[in-house]
Amino acid sequence: MSPQKVRAAFFITCLGDQFFPQVGACAVSVLRRLGVEVSFNPAQTCCGQPAFNTGFRDEARQVAARVLDLYQDAEYVVVPSGSCTTMVRVFYPELFAEQPEHLRQALELKKKFFEFSEFLVKVLKVEDVGASFPRRVAYHDSCHLLRELGIEQEPRTLLRSVRGIQLVEMKDNQLCCGFGGTFSVKFPEVSVAMAQDKLRAASEAGADILVANDSGCLMHLAGVIHRQGLPLQTMHLAELLAKQE
Amino acid sequence: MSETGVQSGEIHERGNVALGDAHLQEAYRSSTLRLLTHRRDALAEVPGFERLRDRARELKHEVIEHLDFYLAQFADSVERNGGQVHWARTSEEACSIILDLARRAGAREVVKAKTMVSEEIELNHALEAGGIRPVETDLGEFILQLAGERPAHIVAPAIHMTRHDVSDLFAAHLKSEATAEPERLNQIARGALREMFQKAGMGLSGANLAVAETGTVVLIENEGNIRFCTTAPRVHVALVGIEKLIPRFADLGIFLRLLPRSATGQKLTSYTSLLTGPRRAGEDGPEEMHVVLLDNGRIATLADEKMREALFCIRCGACLNACPVYRKIGGHAYGWVYSGPIGALITPQLTGLAGARELPFASSLCGACRDVCPVKINIPDLLLHLRSEVQEQTPAPKPKGAMVKERTAMRLWAWAMKHPFIYKLGGVLARWGQRFYARGGWIRHLSAYPLSRWTEGRDLPALAPRSFHAWWRKHETEK
Repeated sequence: MSPQKVRAAFFITCLGDQFFPQVGACAVSVLRRLGVEVSFNPAQTCCGQPAFNTGFRDEARQVAARVLDLYQDAEYVVVPSGSCTTMVRVFYPELFAEQPEHLRQALELKKKFFEFSEFLVKVLKVEDVGASFPRRVAYHDSCHLLRELGIEQEPRTLLRSVRGIQLVEMKDNQLCCGFGGTFSVKFPEVSVAMAQDKLRAASEAGADILVANDSGCLMHLAGVIHRQGLPLQTMHLAELLAKQE
Repeated sequence: MSETGVQSGEIHERGNVALGDAHLQEAYRSSTLRLLTHRRDALAEVPGFERLRDRARELKHEVIEHLDFYLAQFADSVERNGGQVHWARTSEEACSIILDLARRAGAREVVKAKTMVSEEIELNHALEAGGIRPVETDLGEFILQLAGERPAHIVAPAIHMTRHDVSDLFAAHLKSEATAEPERLNQIARGALREMFQKAGMGLSGANLAVAETGTVVLIENEGNIRFCTTAPRVHVALVGIEKLIPRFADLGIFLRLLPRSATGQKLTSYTSLLTGPRRAGEDGPEEMHVVLLDNGRIATLADEKMREALFCIRCGACLNACPVYRKIGGHAYGWVYSGPIGALITPQLTGLAGARELPFASSLCGACRDVCPVKINIPDLLLHLRSEVQEQTPAPKPKGAMVKERTAMRLWAWAMKHPFIYKLGGVLARWGQRFYARGGWIRHLSAYPLSRWTEGRDLPALAPRSFHAWWRKHETEK
């Protein structure tokens, strides 16, 4: 099943780097298991979304321009986040609309910049990564991944191939979890109330594990779970796919 | 009497009032979900609904890009039909035109159809100040007029009230018996209104759509009150936002298939009225028909190449129903007459960025609104654009508990992100500092904004003992 030697640069994202390095380690191990040659550019920091999301486009452009330079020679870039992938693929072209050289770079990068699950299914054409995980799992569609990138089936396809897994669907499974980047601190009460709805749906679906592809959503949901002592656990898809229990 | 202008104060504080009220939460949740479910069922019956949306979007794009042409065509058509056209640049101009028309008609009462534009220009205040009594005849608006409130929803203005609330309100104002039977409540309202339709010297409506080619004002409704307002009084005035035009009569079918289905999930509303001029010899209807075309900030929106897409809106309210934030904070939190995602877009456009600078931030940008929009307005994208306009054009107050302004913080952040060494050093320092806060891998409380807002309702995971950068360095370079 191993394809020809594919070379991919791994972009951990700032949140992943600082809070969830194990997500990166798991993603790298899954990619390698599938024969991908993984590299990591230590000059990387952030994609610029926090500034873009808050309306500071100049600041976002400065940070984004670095990403364009860092990956111009990469064959593929793989990212364990739908939101950061959206930033690059959807928002960079908008951000650089009036700077032709950067725009050209952004449109080039867009072609090779992939979210983790999308990369596995669409580029590597893999559905079964050889994982096993005998638990009840609900998959949460993060909004950028679902609505900006249209990635709905890829994560589910990968999950269904995991041995022993019981995949359950939540009611209103396309409902936002309430993270929303800076929304989470500008409207904290609303943000938490939305998380509670999501967590209730996960419990009602009988899930023990809530899995998603975005560390932002997961950090927010896990924070509410921990504060309220709920019997649920969050996990990034990459962590789950690395399991061989 | 209800409040005027854009409410000052913070939207998130107003939103928290609704959030803390279990009764309101249930009202918003159940009503919006019911409307959404009806919408979904209604769409399922229409093959090629996506194509209809695309076509409607193309048509609105066509109109908005050539609004000068279509407005002139519409005005000519109205006059050819025997109607009179009035142009209003501002709310004040529109109010004074309508007040003047009411006086000339000798009207002491004006019966009103449900119209969001009249809420926008605060027509009721102007009429009352001029000694003329406005009578809201839409059941929802009738309720709100008694309660002295603004609409909480574009299509279902009293969405936040239960039948018990309405019963109490009617008992207090109309001295009616206490009853929670919707049918009986309807009868009570009709009883109070019937006489008004016959007595009023003028009827006022909005327009759901206005056909440029034929000068037709199109109104859709379920209660029959709009047909009454526009036909029984001697004078009918239609107040129309200039963005309401569609090009041709033949295009009407597309919008009539989209609008009721998107709004309430109906194939058609109970009444669809096409009003093309005043009565002709041997016909029923008003002797005079006036159309007041309102700018009130729309032309300024048109001038903004990006934001003009917001003018495609046909006011179906589907984006409100789909919005998880609207459902939590309720319509009144948005501070003006238009609420939900579309309100967050058009309020800053029509009333100025400075007074509504928080609105574009009242969204998690999930995009559920765009999924249901019948003309596919890219609402999240426009909200992001407005956020940047807000930050560029309006002075930002320092957030409560923040050490520096948001802009300063973002500049510092960008500086760190441009210098990997600073970024990594920041990580090292934060790891050192968090020893004083973290217990068992979690932080329960921080007092510095914005993390203070995070820990209000959630715990914050501590930074991992070692970053991915550090992990990679150790694993890969020492291998």
